[in-house]
Amino acid sequence: MEFKKNWWKYLGGLLILYSIIAGLLMKVPELPIIRESIRNLFFHVCMWFAMIAIMGVSAVQSIMYLRNMKRETDIAASEAAFTGLLFGFLGITTGMIWANFTWGTPWTNDPQLNGAAVSILIYLAYAVLRSSIDEEQKRARISAVYNVFAFVLFIVFVGVLPRMAAASIHPGKGGNPALGATSLDSMMRLVFYPAIIGWIIVAIIIWNIRRRLKMAQMAQMEMEEE
Amino acid sequence: MVIHQLKILLLKDIRLELKQKYAINGILLYVLSTVFVSFLSFERILDGKTWNALFWIILLFSAVNAVSKSFVQEGQPRQLYYYTIVSPLALILSKILYNALLMGIISLLCFGAFVVFLGNMVESTPLFLFTILLGGWGFSGVLTMVSAIASRTSNNFALMAILSFPVVLPILLIVMKVTNAALNGGGFADNWSPLMALFLLNIMIAALASVLFPYLWKD
Repeated sequence: MEFKKNWWKYLGGLLILYSIIAGLLMKVPELPIIRESIRNLFFHVCMWFAMIAIMGVSAVQSIMYLRNMKRETDIAASEAAFTGLLFGFLGITTGMIWANFTWGTPWTNDPQLNGAAVSILIYLAYAVLRSSIDEEQKRARISAVYNVFAFVLFIVFVGVLPRMAAASIHPGKGGNPALGATSLDSMMRLVFYPAIIGWIIVAIIIWNIRRRLKMAQMAQMEMEEE
Repeated sequence: MVIHQLKILLLKDIRLELKQKYAINGILLYVLSTVFVSFLSFERILDGKTWNALFWIILLFSAVNAVSKSFVQEGQPRQLYYYTIVSPLALILSKILYNALLMGIISLLCFGAFVVFLGNMVESTPLFLFTILLGGWGFSGVLTMVSAIASRTSNNFALMAILSFPVVLPILLIVMKVTNAALNGGGFADNWSPLMALFLLNIMIAALASVLFPYLWKD
């Protein structure tokens, strides 16, 4: 019974295990500048996919909160945002290590990097906003409004603006060698796509645990008050 | 119905401003003295990129200062009064429109002060003026919405800056790109795609604000 309910969690673990083993052992194409560090694709890029996915979940939960005004929806939205923040930090860290090897500097002016920094700033601001309102329902409602508003602008920022920018030094963009749709090796896709799915599943698992933990804490606090 | 209320609310804001004057005078003085301080510290700016960056930084901070007042200056009782008589759509749109006008005045004055103190580096003035007006509308949309959010919290002035900077960045990057082109003599024809993107973004922000504002409003 347990397995029937939780099979997708095992699937996520298996996919990530597969991406780690295959990602580190497989043959990768020989490309200038990137070389063996191309293997970081399986880890760094997946963090961003997981982050965007879980932040999308957060925005959807916020919209749902504005419709149903239930406490658990608010907790789901905020814990999804904090999980997204965790993946954002992981994405920035792995990216900075990678950039330090290939570009010689951990941070440069690039649309992708700006988008990453903005997403972190937005969700940190969201956390500050939440902590500055004491009244529970008011906090839930106002932070939901900010979450939806900021998420839409964030999607514009990462989805529209980079396409308008003339140049990016990211691999596969602006004529740089590597991972664009045309040059991504078909063997690498066999690892890359499962890795993305695996990390999104892990993000959802973390979100689930955080959400239930928060619910339990709230219930405990209420019991202590009585 | 909504249009009628919008007109009345907008005229009310303008009349209130003309009567009190301290808000607009305060913000204009803020712009002037910031530009003057930059003049004292830079003396001369030779590089168009620096000129452009300084212009938008000063304008951004003035905008945050100017717009943050829009919901705070009217106290809780008056908000409650509005709640009973007007539709939320009319209220938020009138505030956005009013702040867009205010931003237009501020940005034109800021440009004037730049020309006087730091020299005119703009080659195609029509494109530049059009962009700062369109950008002012965009700033007004985002900042009005954020000020509505911040006015619901206890320490709204600190939160206003924290909440608004990350969300205002898409607009800021587009306008800086276009004005940079205007500084180098680019015309409308080369820049229609970012201007169009900015226009659509402004429409989208206004639509988003009118959908979300009713939830902020009821207390």
